[in-house]
Amino acid sequence: MEKSYIIKQISIFSENRPGRLAAIAGALRDAKINIFAFSIAEANGFGVVRALVDRPEDAHRTLTDLGFRVSFTEVIGIKMRDEPGGLSDIASILGDTGINIEYAYAYSGKGGAILIVRVDQVEGAVRQILDRGGELLKASLFR
Amino acid sequence: MPSIDHQQRAAGRALLLTGRRHTDGILMFWNRAIETIRPEELADLQLKRLKWTFRQAQEVELYQRKFREAGVSLDDIRTLDDVERLPFTYKSELQAGYPFGLFAVPLRKIVRIHTTSGTTGKPTVVGYTRKDLDNWSELVARNMTMIGLGEDDIFQNAVNYGLFTGGLGLHYGAEKIGMTVIPSATGNTRRQIEMIEDFGVTAIHCTPSYALHLSEVAESMGKTLDTLQVGIFGAEPWSENMRAELERRLDLKAYDSYGLSEMYGPGVAFECAERSGLHLWHDCYLAEIIDPATGERLAPGERGELVITPLVKEALPLIRYRTGDVTRLIEGDCICGRGQRLERITGRSDDMLVIRGVNVFPSQIEHVLRSLPEVGEQFMVYVDRTRHLDEMTIEVEMTRVGFSGELQDLTRIQRQIAGELHNTLGLRTMVKLVEPGSLPRFEGKARRVIDRRGDL
Repeated sequence: MEKSYIIKQISIFSENRPGRLAAIAGALRDAKINIFAFSIAEANGFGVVRALVDRPEDAHRTLTDLGFRVSFTEVIGIKMRDEPGGLSDIASILGDTGINIEYAYAYSGKGGAILIVRVDQVEGAVRQILDRGGELLKASLFR
Repeated sequence: MPSIDHQQRAAGRALLLTGRRHTDGILMFWNRAIETIRPEELADLQLKRLKWTFRQAQEVELYQRKFREAGVSLDDIRTLDDVERLPFTYKSELQAGYPFGLFAVPLRKIVRIHTTSGTTGKPTVVGYTRKDLDNWSELVARNMTMIGLGEDDIFQNAVNYGLFTGGLGLHYGAEKIGMTVIPSATGNTRRQIEMIEDFGVTAIHCTPSYALHLSEVAESMGKTLDTLQVGIFGAEPWSENMRAELERRLDLKAYDSYGLSEMYGPGVAFECAERSGLHLWHDCYLAEIIDPATGERLAPGERGELVITPLVKEALPLIRYRTGDVTRLIEGDCICGRGQRLERITGRSDDMLVIRGVNVFPSQIEHVLRSLPEVGEQFMVYVDRTRHLDEMTIEVEMTRVGFSGELQDLTRIQRQIAGELHNTLGLRTMVKLVEPGSLPRFEGKARRVIDRRGDL
């Protein structure tokens, strides 16, 4: 049952130079793939573009065919109260239960605020969040 | 004047057994007598031809002056070691003689012109008399027969057919031994692959980097190129790792071919089936290994710059030509019975980069990268000077297996590459990971080093 909350994030290797994000975004546009959230992590001349999209399998295939190096990473999306203290609540749950956050990014839209996290024990994190009354995005949103 | 051609070809051909199979240890010779000549007979022949070459060089103004300045005349050449009394010839002198200043025969005796690519300055013009072309074809014929090629083979010559010597040079040698020759030249890789399939090509000649490209494209087309058995690769240095990779990807036997336009072109030295060094044709080329800094001849077996005095060249005789190629002469005999071998070229004395006082050959970098599965075979090297310090940046392509999606894994790969390079080169370098397919592919000579330090 934890599995139904584990979301496939696509991670794309990209050089850090002008036009690379445009190339990735353009490819997803052409394939009519919608991006819910994304972030860029940078290190020493290259980066990883991470994105939650509505059709991860199609996005993986589209980008791979264009020569990008793409892989799936398991993440979870935690709903937050969109008011002061919202992030604190979630971070405390994970911290108190000894789950380490490798990286995270967030968005806040009309459906509320979402924290997307990559953690070291993904199923444990799902259980702890649900046990403490938290809400998670369903993986079925991303097909 | 000197004819090196097929005195005893029949003796060599007699060994050609039926049921031909490449590289299965059958000894095949194009010119058995000369290829297996006894050392003392060879020395006599070399001395005779050295004197002939000296006389031929005296027809050239440059050599009249050089011999006068060195105070040497024909009478000073009594033994082969006397070659050390003769002055070196440098590429810059050939370039200064542009276009025909070094020809020892009138232009009407010249039947062909080639020029070098000019990557190291002004193009060098080389000329051939009819006899020169015969000699050159003879050498290429020896090389190809040595690795088991012959009338039953279909040969695709996928190199530049213009001024580059690799095209016509191998072409005529291949025709001479009766192969079915496809002068496919370079470019249009998909068409090249179709020809290999449709014509049942058994042997191919190209640069090693183009062969890799060919294998990549063939893979993407879903072609396995089953008929290919032999690959002849040359015109740029390539490593043993590269050989293993080419043989795995193309399922063929890869042979190293060595030559330079100043010595006709490819065909100067070539690997036999043993592939443990290249057989130099000592009846046509007198080889010395010297310390490039001092010009002194090195002890037997030591590695240094190859210096060649060609012994049969009519149009463009040369004396102690500084090839700039770094190698050594291998001690001991080869079981194939031919003469002394050269080690595979490990670099160019003029390609050598000096980074913060450390000598670096691009082939060393290639060697390191090929041992790491996470990165591809292509790379570029940039050298900059930042605040009076040399910085070497190496761009490396990621491969399919090399990406987990995690940034920390990428930085780990980056550190690992830099660490391996540090171990091999003794030098700290900056490693940049780039996207697959983003680095330039080279169809001719690979130019992987860009030195941006400017004038020092």
